[in-house]
Amino acid sequence: MDSQILSEEKGSSLWRDAWIKLSKNYLALFGLGLIVLLCVVSLLTPWIAPYGYEEQNLMLGATAPSLQHWLGTDIFGRDMLTRIMYGGRVSLTVGFIATAVALIIGVLWGAIAGFVGGRVDAVMMRIVDIMYALPFMIFIVLLMVVFGRNILLLFVAIGAVEWLTMARIVRSQVMNLRKQEFIEAAYSMGLSQWTIIRRHIIPNTLGPVIVYTTLTIPSVMLLEAFLSFLGLGIQPPQSSWGLLINYGVETMEEYPWLLIFPGITLSLTLFALNFLGDGLRDALDPRASKD
Amino acid sequence: MLRFALGRLLQAIPVLLIVISATFLLVHSAPGGPFSADKAVPPEVIRALEAQYNLDQPLWQQYLSYLGDVLQGDLGPSFKYSGRTVNELIAAGLPATAELALYAMLVALVIGVSAGVLAAIRPNTMQDYLPMSAAMLGICMPSFLLGPLLVLVFGIHLEWLPVSGWGDIPGDKVLPAITLGTGYAAYIARLSRGGMLEVLSQDYIRTARAKGLSEPLIIFKHALRGGLIPVVAFLGPAFAGLLGGSFVVETIFQIPGLGRFYVQAAFNRDYTMILGMTIFFAALITLFNLLSDMLALWLNPKLRQQGAGEH
Repeated sequence: MDSQILSEEKGSSLWRDAWIKLSKNYLALFGLGLIVLLCVVSLLTPWIAPYGYEEQNLMLGATAPSLQHWLGTDIFGRDMLTRIMYGGRVSLTVGFIATAVALIIGVLWGAIAGFVGGRVDAVMMRIVDIMYALPFMIFIVLLMVVFGRNILLLFVAIGAVEWLTMARIVRSQVMNLRKQEFIEAAYSMGLSQWTIIRRHIIPNTLGPVIVYTTLTIPSVMLLEAFLSFLGLGIQPPQSSWGLLINYGVETMEEYPWLLIFPGITLSLTLFALNFLGDGLRDALDPRASKD
Repeated sequence: MLRFALGRLLQAIPVLLIVISATFLLVHSAPGGPFSADKAVPPEVIRALEAQYNLDQPLWQQYLSYLGDVLQGDLGPSFKYSGRTVNELIAAGLPATAELALYAMLVALVIGVSAGVLAAIRPNTMQDYLPMSAAMLGICMPSFLLGPLLVLVFGIHLEWLPVSGWGDIPGDKVLPAITLGTGYAAYIARLSRGGMLEVLSQDYIRTARAKGLSEPLIIFKHALRGGLIPVVAFLGPAFAGLLGGSFVVETIFQIPGLGRFYVQAAFNRDYTMILGMTIFFAALITLFNLLSDMLALWLNPKLRQQGAGEH
């Protein structure tokens, strides 16, 4: 109890509590560690990849994992580890950028609707409701067909699909906060609107936003992999994990490792992100931390 | 209830109009005409083709006539397969897709609900952790990975089940249904666990226990109805997802269904086909969202009153 009061005086108790809670959740920590590792590896790939991205060895062909090629080689004799590393750069980039697009649209939309309220809110949320009912998966396929398969469009298309839930979460959070006594108290103490937004609204909305962002990244990556698998996403010579899985399926009878390794990588990454998101949700939920 | 359904039905009309207009505009703003082929085609042939498909008319006129056709249930001809209409292709593909979706949903509901309920009965024990870890695995194992792996193990190595086709060899529907259903089983397991946990902590369950009712009776008669509301609400969106998933599963297992036709149309740039099927999918998804909302409403009396108050 004493320590709680002390930490509140320091003004960062929510975040500190959350970190303490998260650090006890080994699965979430494992997820966090794996994500950090993947990001570092992806950033450094051009320098640490064991072989060149385009380096072929047609004489070698497809070989099983060996000391020279830890994850084997594909039918052109290209090193699988290298290909997975480069593919990861694309997959992670799509994951992060498309999530950022969704984050920006969703937070702005939800915050405006929640703040302004009234008729504006009603109209904005009706639009979200209507868009929820649209078959977006199909729309993305349509977009990719009509405008060709370019990666920028992929970011925008996926981001445009995934912002809806974010908008709902932010709106309900803002709406709830506005009715709370401590906000009224802040107004009555004469704090300016901007100060209240900065000191109270943003920090209190941040938790759910962080949690949902963490959970959006895997679903975005899954969507990218899905499209690439169908041949409608990332196009060669670029590659992503979805595309590698697609190639792997074609030759899985003879060379199963070409399917299994990219598959494990993608699944592990999704696993890590989901565990981290779940862990953050447990850690950042103020209702849960009270008891 | 009836008024709620009518209200939702009325809301669906503008949604569908938006879908039709947006897809129409999108498809017609596509770079390169639908007849731009690899080999050169004489201009008079193109003109004749354009006249045949009304492409020589101004856009608004094309739009109005297309809208009129769609309202009468006619989704137009296919650009690529001359002589075939979108309606015919949908009629040809729908049975397989519907059957696949039904089996996948059965797999998802049976596995998902039983795992979720088992986990909720004894939270934070092995009976909870095991199914929930398996569910996480199911969520992180996308169908385009699970499908090929199942084929590899059960089709190629063990040779237990056929790896492609639909209704040709006995057992060829097993792997596709499992592939498509697993991810949803995982979501449903998590949803039903959450729903059941919430219901089991409520007073009326405590009352039922105090009355000395047996545990199975409490679970099945009292808790399940409330606990499954999140699952029911998920069924509508899940159905939309199943359609998307059928793209992958039908491609992997070479099933002649809507999903495979849609992907093929996308690769062939068969614009009318994509346009028609998108509208069809949108109508279907709207319908299923409506049905799942009404089912959730029927299960939850509290919502029913709110719904009646709103409309």
